[in-house]
Amino acid sequence: MRTRISVDSVRGEFVHQIETISGQSLLACNQCGKCSAGCPVAFSTDILPNQVIRLAQLGIDDVLDSQTIWSCAACLTCVSRCPKGIDLPRVMEAMRQLKMERDGNQIETTDLSPEMVAEVPQLALIGGFRKYMT
Amino acid sequence: MSIAFFPGCTLSTKAAGYDISGRAVAQALGMAFEELADWQCCGATFPLATDNTMALIAPTRLLVQAQKAGGHVTTLCAICFHVLRRTQHILEHQPEMLERINWFTEEPYQGGARVSHFLELLREEFTWGALSGRVTQPLKGLKVAPYYGCLLLRPQAEIGLDNPDEPAILHDCLAALGCEVVDFPYQTECCGSYLAVSKPDLPEKLAHDILTSARRNGANAVVTACPLCQFNLDYAQRKEIRHTLEDTLPVLYFTQVMAVALGLDQDVWGMDKHYVDPLFLFSDLR
Repeated sequence: MRTRISVDSVRGEFVHQIETISGQSLLACNQCGKCSAGCPVAFSTDILPNQVIRLAQLGIDDVLDSQTIWSCAACLTCVSRCPKGIDLPRVMEAMRQLKMERDGNQIETTDLSPEMVAEVPQLALIGGFRKYMT
Repeated sequence: MSIAFFPGCTLSTKAAGYDISGRAVAQALGMAFEELADWQCCGATFPLATDNTMALIAPTRLLVQAQKAGGHVTTLCAICFHVLRRTQHILEHQPEMLERINWFTEEPYQGGARVSHFLELLREEFTWGALSGRVTQPLKGLKVAPYYGCLLLRPQAEIGLDNPDEPAILHDCLAALGCEVVDFPYQTECCGSYLAVSKPDLPEKLAHDILTSARRNGANAVVTACPLCQFNLDYAQRKEIRHTLEDTLPVLYFTQVMAVALGLDQDVWGMDKHYVDPLFLFSDLR
């Protein structure tokens, strides 16, 4: 499959939306990969955190279909290590919000098993709902 | 001396053992907690989008309550601490945001409230030396792995509690109590946080890596300051899946270890709701 990139997409609406919601400059990232090296959930994701930001830099909105943005729990390990001062969890948050604007909630309360709801702490429920629901 | 205390949603329910032991040790050390009046949930996550006004109103309201209670509020929950301190940081540095949020609060926040974690009060106001002097039941031989997780430490520029890569505050607390402190490389790794709700396999795998590392470094127990870290690490060892594990490790709150070391009554240890029963660790005590 060919991926077409262009000046139009790099300067397009998608990049603008991500940068506005996250408050981060995507082109500040020089792809050093420290975020991916230290990410505790990178083993489980379809693409690595630095690849998420690379796709976003190029304005490729297929990145919103990545599972990576839903595995990031904002532990901020990448933030503490990024040599360019980029707050990648804020970029992930922007992508989650855009994705939910297009496709709606990513979990529904009715999908959760009663056993799990009975066990998990309140703050996990609140946190999960705030991140996965609009 | 009494201090305004914000328990938050989870300490009042699932993490009751943290609450009861925390209040008891604070009382025993002469820093009795006075529960913050008319409190509500802090929001449980810090809002990361630039458009974050709505999500900052609840924690700001708590800062108003803190001011009414003397200007200083302390917490035990690492997540409440994280949310309150980062909110405070925004309100102190962005006057236009303070003004906007004050349109929505019942009473305006004037700035200047102090938010602390109880560990900070112990380090700065009580001091480790004084804590050590109050130990009546030294826990020699108890090998504990201090587990910090994420939100107590990061981001350092806003939280400022300790070095995010090489923290010492829990180590120092446990050492003051006479424990043998075990260093392990996963002490600041993420436990998976609220993914417990959406992707439960992930916290389970992360917990097993953290616990394995602690065990290989010789720990008999893991000690934390966060109710979600405690849950994720403990629940990953629940009875239903225990047969798949090499061994189990109790996961304690630092206040529970303090309650034992300070010689407080077992009623306030709050150890009855753990998935891995920690009481055997203390069965040899006099």
